[in-house]
Amino acid sequence: MIPAFGLVLGVVLGLVLEPTVPAALQPYLPIAVVAALDAVFGAVRAQLEGIFDDRVFVVSFVSNVLVAALVVFLGDQLGVGGQLSTGVVVVLGIRIFSNAAAIRRRLFHA
Amino acid sequence: MNAPMSSPLRRLLTPRLRRVDLAVAALLAVLGFAAVVQVRSTQEGGPLAAARQEDLVQILDELSNRNDRLRAEVSALNQARAELGAGGDRTAALAEARRRTQLLGVLAGTVPATGPGLLLTITDPEERIGPEVLLDALEELRAAGAEAVQLEGPVDLSVEPSQAAAGAQVRVVASTALVEGEEGGVVVDGVALFPPYRFVVVGDSSTLASAVGIPGGVVDNVEQRGGSALVEQQGEVRVGALRVLKAPRYARPAPQPGD
Repeated sequence: MIPAFGLVLGVVLGLVLEPTVPAALQPYLPIAVVAALDAVFGAVRAQLEGIFDDRVFVVSFVSNVLVAALVVFLGDQLGVGGQLSTGVVVVLGIRIFSNAAAIRRRLFHA
Repeated sequence: MNAPMSSPLRRLLTPRLRRVDLAVAALLAVLGFAAVVQVRSTQEGGPLAAARQEDLVQILDELSNRNDRLRAEVSALNQARAELGAGGDRTAALAEARRRTQLLGVLAGTVPATGPGLLLTITDPEERIGPEVLLDALEELRAAGAEAVQLEGPVDLSVEPSQAAAGAQVRVVASTALVEGEEGGVVVDGVALFPPYRFVVVGDSSTLASAVGIPGGVVDNVEQRGGSALVEQQGEVRVGALRVLKAPRYARPAPQPGD
């Protein structure tokens, strides 16, 4: 429950504070969000399978975000930032879908 | 971590207070915050805010290309406008149209006319000169090439013709009709004229004079009826009487083969 509260708190904070994204972070924020979503879906799947580990989640969350941002940063430096961010989003999207499928099988046995 | 696997969902939803839980909650809070911020910035900034730098550069390039094309188009159109405005053809056409308007105005009687011509003054002491005599005289003058005609009366014979302030003046045009007046005289296009009459005619004065002076012509005719016809050739006469042109109700210009 507490993680769910944390999520709600973050959303509310974002709605209330209405911050603007710093220009330097603009290319990385959407990728970081997608990477974090991937970590969250993986965590939910692990929880349902009973192998959830808080420590693993924290590390995977942070590393996912950092690696995604790093890949996009490298891509920008190499001049293929657009293509690489598309690639990152595709890979993370595939992982999110497979995790969501596993969660679905666990929850609905279908 | 050794909870039974049979109820993992309940474990997920059961409140537990451990430090690592707080870390997870904090991370999720960061995720929610970042997601909301990103969504808001995407919605606020429109499609361009989410676009990458290369895409923005490309869009800017396209825009400046388009701008250049439109600028070139503007200058071409401005040039065309200037040419149209100052074009010699247009000025010439306008002058030609004005000239034709003036010529047609002389024929229709809407503009004054001046030029060489003659004055034909007809007296009628016995009141025997009716519209038919004047019509004969008019036909004779037209046949001799009269270009602009005006009929006046009564004319004050005691002054020079050039200074004469005639009574009534009527411009004689194609539709002019002469009828007998009820109280004597002649009614020309609704205007009552009384003798002595005077024709003011623009045309070749010698031709006109010989036309009215032929034996059995206008002068003879008038003198047979007890009147006198005085022909004065002038270097310049002025036909000043005007008439208002009525727009035709039914007739429309028909297309010509050359148009």
